[in-house]
Amino acid sequence: MHSNNSIFNEQEVLKELKHYLPSQAPLKDFVHHNTLHAFQDQKFYDGIRSASKIFGYFVSLQLEDYRALYISKRIRENILKRIIAERKGVEHLNEWMKKAIGKKYDTSVSPRIGLLRSVWERKYHLNLDSLVHPYLFRILCSYLDQGISIWSFPVGHEGFLASVKEIEKNSFTSFFKGKRARNLLLGGNCKVEDLLKIVVGDEALYKQYLFDQQFAHQGWSGMVSTIEDHPQSLLNQKKISIHDLIVLELLLEIDTLDSQFGQKWLPVGSKLKGRPDGLFDEVPQTELDEVLSIWQDAFEWSYYDQVLAAIQLQGEIDPVPPFHKSFQVVTCIDDRELSFRRYLERIDPECETFATPGFFGVEFFFQPEHGKFYTKCCPAPVTPNYLIKETGSRRKQNKEAYFSKLSHSLFRGWFITQTLGLLSGFKLALNVFRPSAMPAMASSSAHMDKTSRLTIENKNLNHRERNLQIGFTIEEMVQRVDAILKSIGLVKDFASIVYIVGHGATSINNPHYCAYDCGACGGRPGSVNAKVFCFMANHPLVREELGRRGLVIPEETQFLACLHDTTRDEITYFDENFLSPVNSANHQKNKPVFIQALDFNAKERSRRLVSIDTTLSAEKIHKEILRRSVSLFEPRQELNHSTNAICFVGRRDLSKNIYLDRRSSMNSYDYQLDPDGKYLANVMKPIAPVMGGINLEYFFSRVDNYRLGAGTKLPHNVMGLIGVANGSDGDLRPGLPSQMIEVHDPVRLLVIVEQLPEIVLGAISQQAATYEFYIHEWVRLVAVHPETRELSVFRDGRFTLYRPLTRSLDSISDVVSLIETVKAAESIQIVEATKENLPVYLMH
Amino acid sequence: MLQFFILIPLAGFLLSLCIPEKMENAVSRTVFCTIGSHLLIVLVFLAIWLSHGHPVLEKTGIVLFNTKDYQFLVSFYFDRISAVYLFVGAVLTFLIAQYCRWYLHRESGYKRFFNIILFFYVGYNIIIFSGNFETLFVGWEILGLSSFLLIGFYRDRYLPVKNALKVFTVFRIADMSLLIVMWMNHYLWHKNITFTELADKQFISEHLQNHPLFGVLISLLILLAAAVKSGQLPFSSWVPRAMEGPTPSSAIFYGSLSVHLGVFLLLRTYPFWENISSMVTTVVIVGLLTSIVATGIARVQSSIKTQIAYASIAQIGIIFIEIALGYHALALIHFAGNAFLRTYQLLVSPSAVSYMIREQFFNFVPLHYVDKKSVFKKLEYSIYLLCLKEFHLDNFVYRFFWNPLKWCGRKLNVLSGKSVIVLSAVIFSVGLMCLFNQSLIHPEICKYLPVLFAFAGLAMLLKSFSERKDVLLSWVLVIVMHLYRTLAISLNGDINTNEIILYLSGVIISGVLGYACLNELKSREQDISLSRFQGHSYEYPKLAFIFMLACLGLMAFPMTPTFIGVELILTHIHKDQASLIIFTALSYVMSGISLIRIYARIFLGPHVKTYHATPNKSA
Repeated sequence: MHSNNSIFNEQEVLKELKHYLPSQAPLKDFVHHNTLHAFQDQKFYDGIRSASKIFGYFVSLQLEDYRALYISKRIRENILKRIIAERKGVEHLNEWMKKAIGKKYDTSVSPRIGLLRSVWERKYHLNLDSLVHPYLFRILCSYLDQGISIWSFPVGHEGFLASVKEIEKNSFTSFFKGKRARNLLLGGNCKVEDLLKIVVGDEALYKQYLFDQQFAHQGWSGMVSTIEDHPQSLLNQKKISIHDLIVLELLLEIDTLDSQFGQKWLPVGSKLKGRPDGLFDEVPQTELDEVLSIWQDAFEWSYYDQVLAAIQLQGEIDPVPPFHKSFQVVTCIDDRELSFRRYLERIDPECETFATPGFFGVEFFFQPEHGKFYTKCCPAPVTPNYLIKETGSRRKQNKEAYFSKLSHSLFRGWFITQTLGLLSGFKLALNVFRPSAMPAMASSSAHMDKTSRLTIENKNLNHRERNLQIGFTIEEMVQRVDAILKSIGLVKDFASIVYIVGHGATSINNPHYCAYDCGACGGRPGSVNAKVFCFMANHPLVREELGRRGLVIPEETQFLACLHDTTRDEITYFDENFLSPVNSANHQKNKPVFIQALDFNAKERSRRLVSIDTTLSAEKIHKEILRRSVSLFEPRQELNHSTNAICFVGRRDLSKNIYLDRRSSMNSYDYQLDPDGKYLANVMKPIAPVMGGINLEYFFSRVDNYRLGAGTKLPHNVMGLIGVANGSDGDLRPGLPSQMIEVHDPVRLLVIVEQLPEIVLGAISQQAATYEFYIHEWVRLVAVHPETRELSVFRDGRFTLYRPLTRSLDSISDVVSLIETVKAAESIQIVEATKENLPVYLMH
Repeated sequence: MLQFFILIPLAGFLLSLCIPEKMENAVSRTVFCTIGSHLLIVLVFLAIWLSHGHPVLEKTGIVLFNTKDYQFLVSFYFDRISAVYLFVGAVLTFLIAQYCRWYLHRESGYKRFFNIILFFYVGYNIIIFSGNFETLFVGWEILGLSSFLLIGFYRDRYLPVKNALKVFTVFRIADMSLLIVMWMNHYLWHKNITFTELADKQFISEHLQNHPLFGVLISLLILLAAAVKSGQLPFSSWVPRAMEGPTPSSAIFYGSLSVHLGVFLLLRTYPFWENISSMVTTVVIVGLLTSIVATGIARVQSSIKTQIAYASIAQIGIIFIEIALGYHALALIHFAGNAFLRTYQLLVSPSAVSYMIREQFFNFVPLHYVDKKSVFKKLEYSIYLLCLKEFHLDNFVYRFFWNPLKWCGRKLNVLSGKSVIVLSAVIFSVGLMCLFNQSLIHPEICKYLPVLFAFAGLAMLLKSFSERKDVLLSWVLVIVMHLYRTLAISLNGDINTNEIILYLSGVIISGVLGYACLNELKSREQDISLSRFQGHSYEYPKLAFIFMLACLGLMAFPMTPTFIGVELILTHIHKDQASLIIFTALSYVMSGISLIRIYARIFLGPHVKTYHATPNKSA
């Protein structure tokens, strides 16, 4: 696939092009994924090196950053030495230490992409892109627009190029300035190859030219490619393909060149002396690459090592847990739930918490009442066969007059400016000084009305809609409940109430709102999933069948669905009225625990938010957090997955006494129930793509926020409701805005599994796609021996023993007093920003 | 009293310059106190003013500079137009400043942003309080520069810098027309006319009777300036392109305050042109065309900010009509409503995604496309396409204003750097000889000499403007232009030596300073050419700042010695020297563009060095 074929094969080149383009979906379906997914078939360092050389991305911190981190002791000397010794041998230790710490390197990046097309500027003195791009983007955006424009693209049912052609044919005006491009389009003589012949001339250069051209605006090209493959990611579906985009762009280029030089210009190929390197030729490893990878490893292991040491250093957990369980909570594995669970456990030591991916093993499409579409509520790669419908909703749609398109028309606009316009001064003043909820915000509670009913049970298999089965049968319910409860190890000692807590977020002025919701629910809040799961687990027939399978849930135990709003730190309970009188009373007793835990959780979060004084009382801070969540002027309503670094898979005891500073996600798993790794395979399936995807997107957005991230969100302009761009003429900006990643330490995810290494290996190797993450080290993996707590790290396809270099860790008894003493970082420069990320502590 | 409204933000601005970059809180508090206290005083002042029956206030005769036949007078004026602009401006700026305090947290350039906001606010206040064209012009220039800086706030990206330059060049057209207006006024009234006098109908009609053409020309030039600033046809396309800074700055500048200053200019000069029917008709036509065309363009916009920009321009078109027809109260209410509405709409614009997608989810009605051939359909497609292409407005300014100038400059490219310098030196010495031996030259020829040398100066500027490689040459040519201009004016008659010394002192100080900056940079970076943006402010932010000051000095930015010099020189151009004034005004405009271009090319844009992450050009 990387060979430089001299004969141009359009199909193949387009396929390859699509493989490398960013694959971020339109905003409404935003899901985290590995930004450099195209290189995932190579080892991590080989992959990122190639990406850097080919596309010019920065794929790690800068050399001087690492060195500064070393000086500030954030990268530890003994770790660095060990890594060099492991890689280069002890005998070369001093030599490589010198290289790492002091040697001068030329660290500039000069990519292969764009070299060919730079001929336009060098030889023709023409900034072709700046003449073509803004216009091309405007045509594209108008075509794909989901509802910003008042007058939408007049033709839209025939595909992009056909629509353009239709307008061109039946119009007194033209898309083009000159005749030639118009004739090419209308004459039907516009195969990619023919156009390339005019523009490029030399067939051997076609492929490279197309890559150069499309990667000059990878945002739009990536979006087009994604919509081509997943048309359902737009509500107002549009037919478009990368082929159509390329044809139109080539035509516009020809037109622009014609208007500059007449028709006499020569193709690029004829002005080129020699041929540039093939884009995908082998990228040799330089000494600098090696030094950088040593530093990156050292940076990662400086943190990993503490966590791994903590596992061994924490005292023995009380072998006999309290017999009485006040309540049990199952949350999402999301790293934002970690501190919430910790506070629940601290406030009520008799409660027990678990975590599993927030869709709770139930995958379906959801149709809100009066909704014209279905919403997918499960991880992105899964395509469900079920539909859950909402009835009896009392949702009211609040209108926001300021989004009314009437204000953009001439006469009504004239009226509106003099009425509503004058009022908006007051509205603005109100929001600046007393922020309050408004219809413009994205709220987790809007996903499903609190009081509505869902059609969850399927009693007739013929009950289908658009090829989806409505609801689940009893058998299907049993399977799902059984799988989840066994995988998290909740099979006995049930408390009277098991809270199933989905999560969502609230934000305003935030085009990336989907990234704040539950990734396991496909970027939606987890409320419907929680409710569906509880219905299943509470169903008497399901209980009966589960009992037959050996999973006995006491009759008095009830599952209660909840939604945790991670921005506001509020919890909503669904169907409280179904609780038995006894449980109702229990629930009233439990509620204050939740309230208190959420207050403290808000307080812990506040240490990173400069607008809030962390030393205030938890209740006061919580009020500030609530106000912040509806403030128009607050670009960081919450910090999402920032700083995520670790994922635990195991019992709560594995990490219960370690202070991890919200940097870890957790999946409950009990090795004792799973001697042959059957459940582990299921547990591990979403970890790498979901948590690893989140981590890698944060990683790359952090190290190159310009090209792999979205840059600062402050100047962002919403384009057609599908993406954001800077200003009016810019390319779409996939990736994460700087406000989301500024305190993130770019370290790969370390998955720590409490199970025997050979069973872990068996579990991860079942799925090739998942295994790729581990074997190529895009996600790191450590197995903890359940009894001896011996650590083995996964490297080159096998587990090898790991001994932490950290001998001791500081202890804290009280998290609250710790966080009150830490200050928010002053700048986002890595050495400064990383100070916010606390070291690992033991808790007692 | 009135001058305090300018001094407060000015003091705040100067103070904010001195705060260290890292101290976000100190910066935002300073801004809060400055604009907050300003707002408070404004409210109290307005209350008292209203209770006294809203009299017209004025303060004239603050003499900044005085020679025997020229005074640079700063004067202030306050009436209900100023009152509305003051109220809206103070409230909006205060709210936005407070908004930005958290919004810009941790943004690199936090301090720079607030510096510019305060600078803008100084300019805004000068304009709305100005009592004569000279004062207004000062504010106008400050606003132009702060616009450039704010649009190019993200100075490490290509598009903001490119668009900032674009907007600056468009603004320069307005500057030029104001400059000519000032000169014409000088000859029409034989003194510095104040707006109070302009409101005197008797006085106006008396003067205009003798010079009807002058009246029409002046008012059309005023309209030109207003149309540029308010994004009216054919200058509309700069407004959406100015949306490159952080959203609140776009909201306050291009959504509300800045774009309405053209409206202000028309309102302020209304007494002057209300009886000139050709002017009234033109204003109505411009307003009407703009509102129709801009509405059409707004309808097809698929990005939220550009849609708001065009919708706003369309409303301003209506305001123009309202002014021309004399409905001033309505125009003022309309201005306030439009300003608040667009600010708010821009501020909530990022929320559009979640809100509109939710709405679409519940209310979507698929569009039915009908395939039928008809003239109506053809017309629909044609208009749609025209709107999509913004009626070619974006090209317009370039094609008709700058490209011809660039073309001339390119023609001069046959001359190499050295030959240009030698040639200009030769011509200059010829000029000097003429100057000192003026008595020997035939008076008929003598009459044409100033024009000739002014033209030569302009040619040097064109060469400077189109120079692609040698930055030092480009810089020196601007200085040469100033020398030629002095020569031309000296040849034109009785200018005294003190005036020349003042003028040249400004030129030389800033010229040498800028040369030193460039030389320093060249010695460190070897290759600094003008062929592309180089972004050296990444490594040399301080040098960039000093160089910008030098540019301001050399482009005759208000309150620099050069500026006074230019003002002086204008007074020495006689009434019948239309070509001389045009050359002078053109070279004033071109020098600004050429200098800002040098600044932008060398110090702004994506950094040429790639040892750190840099943005894509298309981003």
